[in-house]
Amino acid sequence: MTVSVIETTGEDHRIARLAALAISLMWIDAALPSPVPGIKPGLANIVTLVVLRRHGLVSALWVAALRVVAGSMLLGRFLTPGFVLSAAGAMASLLVLWLLSWLPRGWLASVGLSIPAAFAHMAAQLLLVGIWFMPGLNLWPLVPGFALFAWLGGLVNGLVAERLLRNT
Amino acid sequence: MRAYLALLRPGDWLVALGGAALVAVLMQHVWLAGPADHVLVRQGGHVFCVAGLLADREIVVPGPLGLTRIRIAGRRARVESDPGPRQLCVRQGWISRPGEAAICLPNQVSVEIVGRQVVYDSLSY
Repeated sequence: MTVSVIETTGEDHRIARLAALAISLMWIDAALPSPVPGIKPGLANIVTLVVLRRHGLVSALWVAALRVVAGSMLLGRFLTPGFVLSAAGAMASLLVLWLLSWLPRGWLASVGLSIPAAFAHMAAQLLLVGIWFMPGLNLWPLVPGFALFAWLGGLVNGLVAERLLRNT
Repeated sequence: MRAYLALLRPGDWLVALGGAALVAVLMQHVWLAGPADHVLVRQGGHVFCVAGLLADREIVVPGPLGLTRIRIAGRRARVESDPGPRQLCVRQGWISRPGEAAICLPNQVSVEIVGRQVVYDSLSY
């Protein structure tokens, strides 16, 4: 009988550790009472930002993917609409972060990355709701409110991420 | 506070201000557009008809595929029937806020709700 051994590298351990951190922040996020469904600070994105700036896009992609899949399993919403929304938001914000990574280094710090990512997150989720979950419903009256909170969340998360990056 | 301001680079300021401006524009357009006033119906790029929202009525617009029927009732408007294959404008349902529009692309008909403020006519000058 052959015993297969999975070799893990130091990077795997680092990604697992960071994903676990992101998942715990996602839990705090889910536990916070929210006045309107859909308005959340998105604390786990702080981890995505820190990983992106310190270890690059591939690591950030891994951490975000693990967080969305494992986190939603732990919260009991794997493959529910909430999971689909969370995955779409994560993909859209990573796409924007990837596009922004083409800008020359030094132009933007965490805040400049975090706000566009938060807007992309919100836009992808609203689009998904408007096209797939509740087609025909007029979501426009909600857009300014969501945009305001995305801006605020992006700003605060960006500041926290920048602070973590400079102090650790 | 100062410690947090030091965390921002010039590009961050630009992005943050741009984002705030985007939010302000969205609020202005969506929330402060004023009450809906009338319906603008276009066919093939030309204004077919301008109708007030106060009177309930039906507007029938001929297009290349056939007739598009528009219903105005209760200060709202909707496309009741359209010969287009996908029925997107019909499924959109009632529209009532300024700036909202239902567009039947195959039959080249569009219905747009217009608010009071955006209308300028020669009397204003």
